[in-house]
Amino acid sequence: MTRLLMLVCGLVLFASTAAMAADCPRTTVADLEDEVMCPVCGTSLGVAREAPLARRERAMIERLANRCQTKAQIKAALVGEFGPAVLAMPPRQGFDASAYLVPGAGALAALMVAALLLRRWRRRGASSALAPTTALTAADQLDLEAELARLR
Amino acid sequence: MRIERPVAVAACLLAGAALVAVLAYGVAHQHASRSIDRAVAAGDRPTAPGLHLPRLGVSGEAAIADWRGKVVVVNFWASWCEPCRDETPLLERWHRRLAADNGLVLGINTLDVDADALRFERAFHLTYPMLRDRDGAGARRFGVAGYPETVVLDRRGRIAAVARGPVDDGFMREKLRPLLREPA
Repeated sequence: MTRLLMLVCGLVLFASTAAMAADCPRTTVADLEDEVMCPVCGTSLGVAREAPLARRERAMIERLANRCQTKAQIKAALVGEFGPAVLAMPPRQGFDASAYLVPGAGALAALMVAALLLRRWRRRGASSALAPTTALTAADQLDLEAELARLR
Repeated sequence: MRIERPVAVAACLLAGAALVAVLAYGVAHQHASRSIDRAVAAGDRPTAPGLHLPRLGVSGEAAIADWRGKVVVVNFWASWCEPCRDETPLLERWHRRLAADNGLVLGINTLDVDADALRFERAFHLTYPMLRDRDGAGARRFGVAGYPETVVLDRRGRIAAVARGPVDDGFMREKLRPLLREPA
């Protein structure tokens, strides 16, 4: 009876550990180091290998990953400690929003310029095709006919 | 729709100028301002930027202005900064010494992990008040570019001295003695 009870307890323990392991997202430092900055170094965590603050951040990520926190949860914890500037992608507000707006505005301006140039090029092509040919003077006409007659 | 050439040129120039302005603003804000250092070197005492920050390890907030009337040694530090470790015992000694003369040391923990900062505070048995500047925005207003850095405020909340690096007894004696004799 005791053996059976111990076996059941063992199985329950094994099953719960396996379930916990399956739920754990296993986030690694490598998953985050291109998406998180070392605020003092001004580079991503992946580039700042030896900086003391970068080492602390890595330790914090490992600690939280060992507690089965997801990537999003770890990022939120880092923002809680260091502020939004710790994220490699700047926030979409304030001056940092220019990181998103400037490329978009640039692409729009480039498209508009391209459209204007294309329209001008097409208009120029059409006008040159329709341009009237200059009529020959009477003297030129006589010269041309004489030349053609000579060739015949 | 036909766009006149001068209008198109003006629009392009305006767009270019706006882009340059945005880039210039971004570059200018990457570097710490040295206007405080220049003013102090010229013998002026600029008013300290008003900082309102959470306290480290306890609930509540405090502003530097709360200590107006005292000589305040504002020290920007982080637990990961090696020179801060060497400097800290001296700051604690001076904090105890200043208490009798209506002065204090005020620590501002910057860009740090909360738990690491508290461990540091316990390890060095620090008794001076601590504020938490998590993203370094407050430190940047004082032109802080590295750690540790120290700013000394007179009793009227004006910046009287700046140390861009660790302080020593010589700096503290030279800068604090005249300030402590000044009336509030």
